[in-house]
Amino acid sequence: MSVLLAVTAACLFGIGTWLLLQRRLTRIIIGLGLIGHGTNILLITSGGRGGLPPLIGRGEKDDFADPLPQALALTAIVITFGVMAFLLAMAYRSWQVTHDDLVADDLEDRLVGASVRLDSDVADVEAADLEASSDSSADAPGQPDDEPAEMTGDDPGTSDTEEDR
Amino acid sequence: MSSLVPLPIVIPLLAAALSVAFAKVRMAQRILSIGALGASVVVSVLLLIQADEDGVVIMDAGGWPAPLGITYVVDRLSAIMLVTSSAMMLVVLLYAIGQGGVRHDGDPGVESRHAAFHPIYLVLAAGVAGSFATGDMFNLFVAFEMMLAASYVLMMLGGRGPQIRAGMTYVVISLVASALFIAALALLYASTGTVNMADLATRMPELSSEVRTGFSLLLITTFGVKAALFPLFFWLPDSYPTAPGPVTAIFAGLLTKVGVYAIVRTQLLLFGGDGDGFGGSRQGTVLLVVAGCTMLVGVLGALAQDDLKRALSFHIIGQIGYMIFGLGLFTLAGIAAVVFYIIQTILVKTNLFLVAGLVDEHVGSGRISQVGGLARSAPVIAVFFAVPALSLAGLPPSSGFAGKFALVDAGIGADEWWIVAIALVVSLLTLFSMTKIWAGVFWGEAEVPPPPSASVPPPTSASTVGRAGGPWLMVGATGIAVALSIAYVVWAGPIYELAERAAADLLDPRVYVQAVLRDRTPASFGGGG
Repeated sequence: MSVLLAVTAACLFGIGTWLLLQRRLTRIIIGLGLIGHGTNILLITSGGRGGLPPLIGRGEKDDFADPLPQALALTAIVITFGVMAFLLAMAYRSWQVTHDDLVADDLEDRLVGASVRLDSDVADVEAADLEASSDSSADAPGQPDDEPAEMTGDDPGTSDTEEDR
Repeated sequence: MSSLVPLPIVIPLLAAALSVAFAKVRMAQRILSIGALGASVVVSVLLLIQADEDGVVIMDAGGWPAPLGITYVVDRLSAIMLVTSSAMMLVVLLYAIGQGGVRHDGDPGVESRHAAFHPIYLVLAAGVAGSFATGDMFNLFVAFEMMLAASYVLMMLGGRGPQIRAGMTYVVISLVASALFIAALALLYASTGTVNMADLATRMPELSSEVRTGFSLLLITTFGVKAALFPLFFWLPDSYPTAPGPVTAIFAGLLTKVGVYAIVRTQLLLFGGDGDGFGGSRQGTVLLVVAGCTMLVGVLGALAQDDLKRALSFHIIGQIGYMIFGLGLFTLAGIAAVVFYIIQTILVKTNLFLVAGLVDEHVGSGRISQVGGLARSAPVIAVFFAVPALSLAGLPPSSGFAGKFALVDAGIGADEWWIVAIALVVSLLTLFSMTKIWAGVFWGEAEVPPPPSASVPPPTSASTVGRAGGPWLMVGATGIAVALSIAYVVWAGPIYELAERAAADLLDPRVYVQAVLRDRTPASFGGGG
């Protein structure tokens, strides 16, 4: 494996991972694409040094490039391409639904989290009052079974998701 | 050599292609799907009989012998998995068809609304069968991708907001795992010059122990994402519950177990059955710690949930922990218990999610606090829930008891007392969680009324929804699943003996290698594939 290709693969993996950790869906998708390219380069270089096309009569056995990793990389590229198309369609649908590129918080996690906060409040009302008075930004934890639309005030899309299909 | 081997993959794929052609005729699609999956079940049973007689059944694709061509290998474990998965696919298909009509919220079931359901479901079946039957690492990747691509679409059929939100997590994490898998394959090929599993098994010992340790961990991580091992499980409880009901049932039953199968296959075949895969230090210890954490996280997560499907999703994770616990022991009894337990869990989990779908159908809500008194209003659903719930908790005489007894017995036999203790505590907590669900859903009253949109009386209830609690085909399909899990414990003895034979094969990779490579010794071909 040449140093240049190794460094390229490493950079693609690194940048891809960084993009993957972002909150914007488009960046996540670009990150996944870069990681896919990184794996393909890794796959190509796994066949060792390059050489002649492996056709009988063109040269000796040792002159040929290893065709198998190229076939594998081709398969991997096709699969990545198909999945990437699906991802883009999904991202477009997500934008249609939420009109936002940000990945929203998970609703059930919020509900479970809110109910835990409620339990501790019930157990220790005074402490909760103190906390509420000291922290004006705390939301009212009185209704753990709020309608989903109310729990995700920062996520305007979840309430009007039924678009015409 | 058997021409039966590729059939569980080829039949569903051909039927999927035909199914697309009949996109406008739902009845033709249904007959095609039922026929194809029924044929898969028959072929899988024949393969199981053949594999149990001969040990290993193989087929070289295109007549190219291993390690040049792609080999399909069905040994006892693969055959057992094939039979179970195809049977469950068929049962869930019937359930999905039964869901057909208009439901409470005026929302028809996923099967009757989307022409794409049948073809994609069949592709999923082919992908799952391919993962079990392949003897080639790259082909395993392709089968995984086939299965995952189908699962992405199934999970998001309908494209509603929460589905897209949760599906995104699922797709992205699966793609990261796939990228890891390709990277692992590239490194494996670079260091050994082959991707054939049997050939890899013969060349692995030539590598230094550090490299083998790296590969072992890399593959555990890759498949651990798909199997939802601790700490790679977080995507599962988010994504599974939002999928359409029957889809969640088949995902819960099968997909994570394909990951577990891949871990069992690769760790035992490539890294030695003696647990010394890390070149001296036991990879078993790593697996046991992971298993303990997975069990604890799964059950504790389930206890905190109010959503029925979400609680059950956390239980999937807990059950995965039990399987990895058996594998981590690396003893004959441990592996046999894993084989027995995987099948048991597939049956039970599919069952529980089918019942969760019935509850949803009957009440219009899947939240434990919004449902109550189902034991009176729908006694059949209650019975269908009780059988797998007891099984999940491991109470005698359920199939879960037989599986957990085998695991705990193997753990005691291997002197791993701490993991046995965790397994028993987690069992107790599982029982507690099941009791909580039972008390909330089937006894008592709803604490909070269901949302108004769902409490409107169902328009078609008079004819299709009786005391059984749902359309007859849905209830019937759930009944078949319950009957299968009861039959599993009735025939637990013979099945466990079969699992022991499968485990003996798994612990001795030479059987597998000799069957695939036949008389060609590893030295008779040059490197470079």
